[in-house]
Amino acid sequence: MTQGNRLSGGQIDRNTTLNFKFDNRSYTAHPGDTLASALLANNVRLIGRSFKYHRPRGLLTAGSEEPNGIVELRTGNRQEPNTRATTIEMFDGLEARSQNRWPSLKFDALAINDRFSNFLTAGFYYKTFMWPAAFWEKLYEPMIRRAAGLGSLSMQEDPDEYDKGFRHCDLLIIGAGPAGLMAALTAGRAGADVILADEDFALGGRLNSESFALNDGTAADWAAQAVAELSALPNVRLMPRTTVIGAFDHGIYGAVERTGDHLASLPAGKPRQILWRIYTKRSLLCAGATERPIAFENNDRPGIMLASALRTYANRFATTAAQRVAVFTNNDDGHRTAADLHAKGVKIAAVIDVRPDAPINHDYEVLRGAQVSDTKGRLGLSFVEIALADGSTRVLECGALGVSGGWNPNVHLTCHQRGRPVWNDDLAAFVPGTDLPPGLSVAGAANGAFSTHGALRSGAESAMKALDLKGSLPDLPAAEDAPASQTPFWYVQGCSRAWLDQQNDVTVKDVKLSHQEGFRSVEHLKRYTTLGMATDQGKTSNMGGLAIMAELAGKSIPETGTTIFRPPYTPVPIATFAGRMKGKEFHPTRLTPSHYWAKERGAVFVEVGNWLRAQWFPLPGETHWRESVDREVRQTRASVGVCDCTTLGKIDVQGSDAAAFLNRIYCNGFAKLAVGKTRYGLMLREDGMVMDDGTAARLAEDHFVVTTTTANAVGVYRHMEFVRQCLFPDMDVQLISTTEAWAQYAVAGPNSRKLLQKIVDPEFDISNEGFPFMACGNITVCGGLRARLFRISFSGELAFEIAVPSRYGDALMRRLMAEGEEFNVVPYGTEALGVMRIEKGHAAGNELNGTTTALNLGMGRMVSKKKDSIGSTLSEREGLNEPDALMMVGIKPVSQTDKITAGGHLMNATGPVDAAHDQGYATSAAFSPALDCHIGLGLLKNGGARMGEKMRLVSPVTDLTVEVEIVSAHFVDPEGERLRA
Amino acid sequence: MIIDHPLLGPRDSSEFVYLGDASLIDRPDWQAENAAEAFYDYAYLRDNPAGEHRELWFHESGDRSWLVVTRNTMTHEISKVELARDVARAQGRSK
Repeated sequence: MTQGNRLSGGQIDRNTTLNFKFDNRSYTAHPGDTLASALLANNVRLIGRSFKYHRPRGLLTAGSEEPNGIVELRTGNRQEPNTRATTIEMFDGLEARSQNRWPSLKFDALAINDRFSNFLTAGFYYKTFMWPAAFWEKLYEPMIRRAAGLGSLSMQEDPDEYDKGFRHCDLLIIGAGPAGLMAALTAGRAGADVILADEDFALGGRLNSESFALNDGTAADWAAQAVAELSALPNVRLMPRTTVIGAFDHGIYGAVERTGDHLASLPAGKPRQILWRIYTKRSLLCAGATERPIAFENNDRPGIMLASALRTYANRFATTAAQRVAVFTNNDDGHRTAADLHAKGVKIAAVIDVRPDAPINHDYEVLRGAQVSDTKGRLGLSFVEIALADGSTRVLECGALGVSGGWNPNVHLTCHQRGRPVWNDDLAAFVPGTDLPPGLSVAGAANGAFSTHGALRSGAESAMKALDLKGSLPDLPAAEDAPASQTPFWYVQGCSRAWLDQQNDVTVKDVKLSHQEGFRSVEHLKRYTTLGMATDQGKTSNMGGLAIMAELAGKSIPETGTTIFRPPYTPVPIATFAGRMKGKEFHPTRLTPSHYWAKERGAVFVEVGNWLRAQWFPLPGETHWRESVDREVRQTRASVGVCDCTTLGKIDVQGSDAAAFLNRIYCNGFAKLAVGKTRYGLMLREDGMVMDDGTAARLAEDHFVVTTTTANAVGVYRHMEFVRQCLFPDMDVQLISTTEAWAQYAVAGPNSRKLLQKIVDPEFDISNEGFPFMACGNITVCGGLRARLFRISFSGELAFEIAVPSRYGDALMRRLMAEGEEFNVVPYGTEALGVMRIEKGHAAGNELNGTTTALNLGMGRMVSKKKDSIGSTLSEREGLNEPDALMMVGIKPVSQTDKITAGGHLMNATGPVDAAHDQGYATSAAFSPALDCHIGLGLLKNGGARMGEKMRLVSPVTDLTVEVEIVSAHFVDPEGERLRA
Repeated sequence: MIIDHPLLGPRDSSEFVYLGDASLIDRPDWQAENAAEAFYDYAYLRDNPAGEHRELWFHESGDRSWLVVTRNTMTHEISKVELARDVARAQGRSK
């Protein structure tokens, strides 16, 4: 029989039938159902197993606060663990599975844990798995990880899109129950820009769950009318299926809209969820309240639910958990559940009310002054045992028990900026404090206005106040206005295996144990017992634990305090936070203008920051990268090579104080640099360490072009703007990054001039006399294309760098290759570039590593003492100038075939190998085609005075010891004759 | 957070890069007698107030202005936003 627990009425569409599967069994449902309501309608009470004891569990609630009804949703790469059945909107073809059970939900092998519950109490893991330490990683942890936890991941990539968006409004209303709807009507009619967000797919909040009337119709009818009116207002945006997850600074709210979770399949190109950032002028929290349970022995059996949830399932979803139901309550609201279920034809076994003066009812029995003392039923509730007022015991048969311990306002968002809720004695509950996030106010049940009339009224009033509206309150629909006092009743005396936190399996006994063991602060209780630390964040359990703790300590609840609520309000998939920023889209990819030319040549690319740079260009037949790189180096040194160096940062510096500005930025002098000349510049941080290096070319009296390393381009520009604006605000100097405006290529090798002469327009003399080493200038190439030429060399060869506007980069590269054919020109990548700079002894990123000074790099004398520059004063500190300071040196293996490993440490030829005897380390290493052996650069204590010394290069990580000789870092052309040729 | 840029109006803080204490504007005189000590203080020592803090933010994804933002570190309330250049000039910095 299908849907045997369906009742009459409800807000489901019986004209359409949907099919779904739970644990591979097929069931039917209707639009308007959640997975939870559909399971109940099909008489499925057992939905999962608990975290620790693997006890059978069913649903506790009908909303996002659900701790128990947690399932794995969908299949394949869309499988999603730990979703709450109570919030899953039904669609045709839905597939869900229970979690945390093996081999099956009805027979779970690890249910044996329940028998050992005496040992598995709070702190069990801390106490038991302490030693031996080696067992933890290999035995205990894998074992616990297998046994604990809930759902499993698909281990496949999520195929769906997630997105991010921004919205702005005058008033954000969070929650569309009576208070939220009334607030939206008030604000919307006044013309304000309103966003009304609610986590549910049906707007109306509790109005959809209640049987009482608003005006002449049902509460749900009034909600539907209100939504219709709001939909017609162009200034109001309704956002159903949207959870406001956090209240952030300056009126910014985070919200997750589930745009596709309720669809069997997403339309192409549509995101599954959107993370909204909502900028608000004012905001109004109308998040309602959550019913709190009462703890009693074995209160976790499937079928034991919050009374309000039973009412929601009956009134909204037209279903009941069982045909025979009892209610256990300490307040009048519990009686509403009994009355509503009775009206729908469900048999009420009894209402068990702890109050001796509970209202009586003629339709069913009310047991005054009675308490539930225990329950029975293996995979679901069958009997409740009741301690009657006269001390006797009675057993009632029922398949479901509604429990009502009163209501807690949903204050979570009011605490997101460290505000604390305050205790209200009349309500026996925490209500929002005064220290709210700026711009936020609270209305309705979230603010303790528990009656429908109270919620409607406070919604209207709060909206008027938030928007500073004048005039009288709008007409409110006639609604119930029951008094809202609560007398607390947290747990049945004498119980021990009574669950507070059902998801993390925390019982009353655990809280008592933690008290006994000396945990006095709420935060400690929480962490020791894990109370409230599950995916539901203790929405139904924190208050109970707190109350018991207060009682044990002999303090009041407000004295005991609360734990703090932090975003997000409900769990958010990581994919939603990531949005489109995943895989290749995690950061932008920057391509140089000749990227596609390099790709055509079969280049292997390497990521350098966001850039892709050609690493080497393999030729057919080359099987190892070294073959390609060695060839590129040899060919460049023998004739000519071209390398794309567009990615280097380029900063245009202009103004009458441009030279004076560079004098401050660089530790070496720039004031006297002649127009048409380039100079190497070393930039220090204010603490005296090297920040970056590059060149500055003086194109005119008041115009320089500065280059930075690829990695530091952004940081150096930021630093230069800091110096310009914050330190020397009256300097006449302007900066702009032109990195992307110019494509730049190094043309290196003895034939580089000959190659360039073929493309540089004839009126420009680039002979050694006309354009000597370190010259620079504006030229034209290829018959009038403007270009910049710099005679600088990183490779140590006769070399130039030529820059053309970006859009000509690709054409220039192709032209250089064509014109260079007669010279056997070779394109080279970053590997060959690195080999040649190591051969030449130029410092690069490995040496400019943030811990080195100019002195360390052999450039100590460059730091001018005749002028003020950033870092010059602190570079003179004693500690940075000790005689045994690290100095950059060259490293050669004693045996021609040995390899140098960067990162290896230099140790004396004899003596101990340990940190205390460390002499320095190798920073860079490469195979040098010029020397036909491996070489390296390193930083060595007093390195300048140790040329020729034999040492050991040791890497304990790779278990390597190599005999090496300390040599000059300038392996190739130490006199610099090639540069000047 | 929202930073009310003096030239551009309210902008989201994600457009900015944070540096820290605005005392970095007060760079010591390199020729002063106690220059070494003054630069040591300048480079390494910062106040870490629970409350109002004047700090430097760079509008990197915007107009590249350095700003001095007065922000309460307890509440994140921003009470003042100035162009760092104006602040530097007011504090006597020039060339």
